[in-house]
Amino acid sequence: MSGLSALFYKEMLRFWKVAVQTVVAPVVTALLYLLIFSHVLEAHVEVYPGVSYTSFLVPGLVMMSMLQNAFSNSSSSLIQSKMQGNIVFVLLPPLSYLEFFLAYLGAAVIRGLVVGFGVWAVTLWFAPLQLPHLGWLLAYALLACAIMGALGIVAGIWAEKYDQLAAFQNFLILPLTFLSGVFYSIHSLPPFWQGVSHANPVFYLIDGFRYAFVGHSDTDPWLGLLVAGACFVAISALTLALLRSGYKLRH
Amino acid sequence: MSPAIHVSDLRKRFGVTQALDGVSLDIQPGEFFGLLGPNGAGKTTLISILAGLTRADSGHAAVMGHDVVRDYRQTRRALGVVPQELVYDPFFNVRETLRIQSGYFGLKHNDGWIDEIMHHLDLAPHADKNTQSLSGGMKRRLLVAQALVHKPPVIVLDEPTAGVDVDLRRSLWKFISGLNREGHTILLTTHYLEEAEALCSRIAMLKSGRVVACDTTRNLLQLTNEHCAQLRLDADAIPSAWQARLQHDADGSWRINFSEYADLETLLADLRGASIRVTEMQLHEPDLEDVFTDIMKRT
Repeated sequence: MSGLSALFYKEMLRFWKVAVQTVVAPVVTALLYLLIFSHVLEAHVEVYPGVSYTSFLVPGLVMMSMLQNAFSNSSSSLIQSKMQGNIVFVLLPPLSYLEFFLAYLGAAVIRGLVVGFGVWAVTLWFAPLQLPHLGWLLAYALLACAIMGALGIVAGIWAEKYDQLAAFQNFLILPLTFLSGVFYSIHSLPPFWQGVSHANPVFYLIDGFRYAFVGHSDTDPWLGLLVAGACFVAISALTLALLRSGYKLRH
Repeated sequence: MSPAIHVSDLRKRFGVTQALDGVSLDIQPGEFFGLLGPNGAGKTTLISILAGLTRADSGHAAVMGHDVVRDYRQTRRALGVVPQELVYDPFFNVRETLRIQSGYFGLKHNDGWIDEIMHHLDLAPHADKNTQSLSGGMKRRLLVAQALVHKPPVIVLDEPTAGVDVDLRRSLWKFISGLNREGHTILLTTHYLEEAEALCSRIAMLKSGRVVACDTTRNLLQLTNEHCAQLRLDADAIPSAWQARLQHDADGSWRINFSEYADLETLLADLRGASIRVTEMQLHEPDLEDVFTDIMKRT
């Protein structure tokens, strides 16, 4: 076992041991969103021709759950370790900053994918299986979880208290995911807010991911992939720079 | 042969506090070395720099000849650190914790050694217990076990017996002394000076980030020759010549500090001459606490 695989294993085991909270709960939450919104809007809204509102909503919910849980995994693990002081167990061994990054990122991606798969699996009862573009699905799912996993590492390192992390989550991550077209197409928005949505990277993740399911999107999925790829590179570079400098970890 | 720990002109400032102000030390392989000093003297900062948890502003530190910054992988493999804080990861049980910790050092099949450490530290009956449910003493043992999973040649114990019961102290020191006899270098910080006196062959004393004394324990103990005798007498008064030297304690006994035993001999002769009988006498030899207090006052 290399240091990297041990840390990855530890991170996996950590969230799996509390799977009710880390996997089952987000799946149930997404299911509640689906039940309520599809009940209210199914008969009234048709975003794309021939695509029911429920079929439109499912990919958005799957992506939103993946984003939030990937972020949550790395950020909560780090803040807990810092608050409890057991981060020292990871800082004392000969792990490089790159191994540290890859292990936390890898576990966050897996948690995001597991939750995403769970949400998708339970929604199969409500929306028939459609999957015209598997490649796009995988590309967007992986990139989305990786972006949020890396952002979670930044938040976990930066936050010194639980409420700082909660602020990061409630004032940045949650608005970015909710205001990105999970529940609506941005074409239904006034032009100004359409423009604002285009500045939100999460919009491209949800739009492109939805394209994989329903074959329709608000923007070109290649453009979305480019934006997502650029975001991942930028956030990873920031995360690696922080870890390399020992920011808030090695004083 | 390079020293187990080499530190030269190490400096570290936290805001307005100069935590380390030019510390230089060499600890040889196989030594049981004590690092003493009052709170805030810089002991933990020094250990943190060796362990890579803190970065020095200037100076140089090496473990088994490896620079702690440049060769951090070799340094950390050579070092086992028992941190001062009683920390644990509540997600795992004892065995999982030790396996994961072994994994961080790249050790795949370490169960044999893990079983052995658990046995020596009386952790074996608790192997499958969640770390959260362990008593304070057991958590401390687990910290020691975690520091030893990779069989480091240099073991650093930062106040390992703070708040620990007598049984654990005894078993811990028996185990650590055994490791020292096998050739492991031990660096110990403690506030229990009698522990340092009994265990350490050499001691450095830190004050305000500086080394104010560094010598063998034997030489340090000889720095003070202030002996003390406490006597009970069958009389209320003592010869007038001795009134300035003897202190009358609240419990009725008399105390005298002396550097030469001849002084005591003269006192006893004078008492006999005055027909005063000594009914009880206790001698206190100078210990490390006296030396420590003396050095801290003088510097």
